[in-house]
Amino acid sequence: MIIQLDVCENPEGFSGQIAADNVAAIWELLEQVKDPEIPVLSLRDLGVLRNVENSAGKIVVTITPTYSGCPALDVMQEDISKVLTANGIVDVEVKTVLSPAWTTDWISTEGKQKLEKFGIAPPAGATLANRPERCPLCASSATSLISEYGSTACKAMYQCDDCKESFCYFKVI
Amino acid sequence: MKLIMSDLRDKDLLLQFTLRLGDDALILGHRLSEWCRNGPFLEEDIALSNIALDYIGRARMHYSYASDLSEGEKSEDDFAFLRECRDYQNFLINELPRGDFAQTMARQLILDVFYTLQLEQMSQSKDATLAAIAGKAIKETKYHLRRSTDWVLRLGDGTEESHNRLQAGFDAIWGYVPEMFEQDEVEEKLVKLGVAVNTKDLKPEWEKQIGAILKEATIDVPQQEWTVRGGRAGFHTEHLGHLLSELQYMQRSYPGLEW
Repeated sequence: MIIQLDVCENPEGFSGQIAADNVAAIWELLEQVKDPEIPVLSLRDLGVLRNVENSAGKIVVTITPTYSGCPALDVMQEDISKVLTANGIVDVEVKTVLSPAWTTDWISTEGKQKLEKFGIAPPAGATLANRPERCPLCASSATSLISEYGSTACKAMYQCDDCKESFCYFKVI
Repeated sequence: MKLIMSDLRDKDLLLQFTLRLGDDALILGHRLSEWCRNGPFLEEDIALSNIALDYIGRARMHYSYASDLSEGEKSEDDFAFLRECRDYQNFLINELPRGDFAQTMARQLILDVFYTLQLEQMSQSKDATLAAIAGKAIKETKYHLRRSTDWVLRLGDGTEESHNRLQAGFDAIWGYVPEMFEQDEVEEKLVKLGVAVNTKDLKPEWEKQIGAILKEATIDVPQQEWTVRGGRAGFHTEHLGHLLSELQYMQRSYPGLEW
């Protein structure tokens, strides 16, 4: 898992648009790769995409898991390879690193806005407080915890005291 | 490989220690996963399953590193699924049956406090990979602790029934605690090399933290007169074999099966 390589040798849908040495263009291209469980966020928004480099002609993409047991990690690796391969970049390695450990601070400002628009309260404040700033639906700041876990390890369940809707909160970690 | 180990024997020790950490995580993760669809209510079911997933992820990271240390001779799955009961070296407390919800929470608190102390130091290990895994795991464990503390307070200081069940939960497993603070030659040597944590030193702080939480929860700290040990030497309770028969079922029935 840590040092799992994912090398694609059979390009499908080769479009030949991107030269393999154009690292900036590859970053752009990888915007298409979304979190499989929160499809409004790209891996870059999420801070999971750590690095892209050209190592003697091979494109090495480095990602880091959000939670240790995140089942989305394997899908992310596959999706990265697929997007690059479809764009003619065949010599690809997707590498997973653990250190430094992922933190919700790495979610971009834009990513946080996207989360809220999607109905998930973005991570807020320090680890200790760790509760949503406001309801993502009606913006009320009066909210109550329902459960410290939700549909995925990275979320907790809250309910808005005003509009009464329940919603997910992306926990600070 | 970022080994600080020079000779082969030290490398074997590192492999063994890495497997122990993997076994601790796998076996506890499996026990917690048994709550999936058996939780007292939906949210709790989901919470316990998510915590189980954190531990199984932690097990994978250790087994994957162990696979590297074995120079590819064994895979992650070989370590998880194809060893015999005696080959596992997890703490016994991790393999005990889940009991009722109160007992599960009692164990979780015992371990969450232990792991917050142990992982904090492991993240400074001279072995870069073990340090990185600990650095990742500590964040999750701190969150687990917040939750297990909350439950222990609620159950202990709740109804007579919940209080009695929680007290019984702690009493039933307390004799498995001392093992967590003992070290054999393998770990002593790795402590000297700056790779492992001397868990003996963690005991006073562990007792202090647990004592404070139990006091607030109106639970008596058990005065145990019995101790069971042996996990690190591969001697297990009768429960591990049953757990493994379920955990290993697919690999044993369909050898070489891949997801």
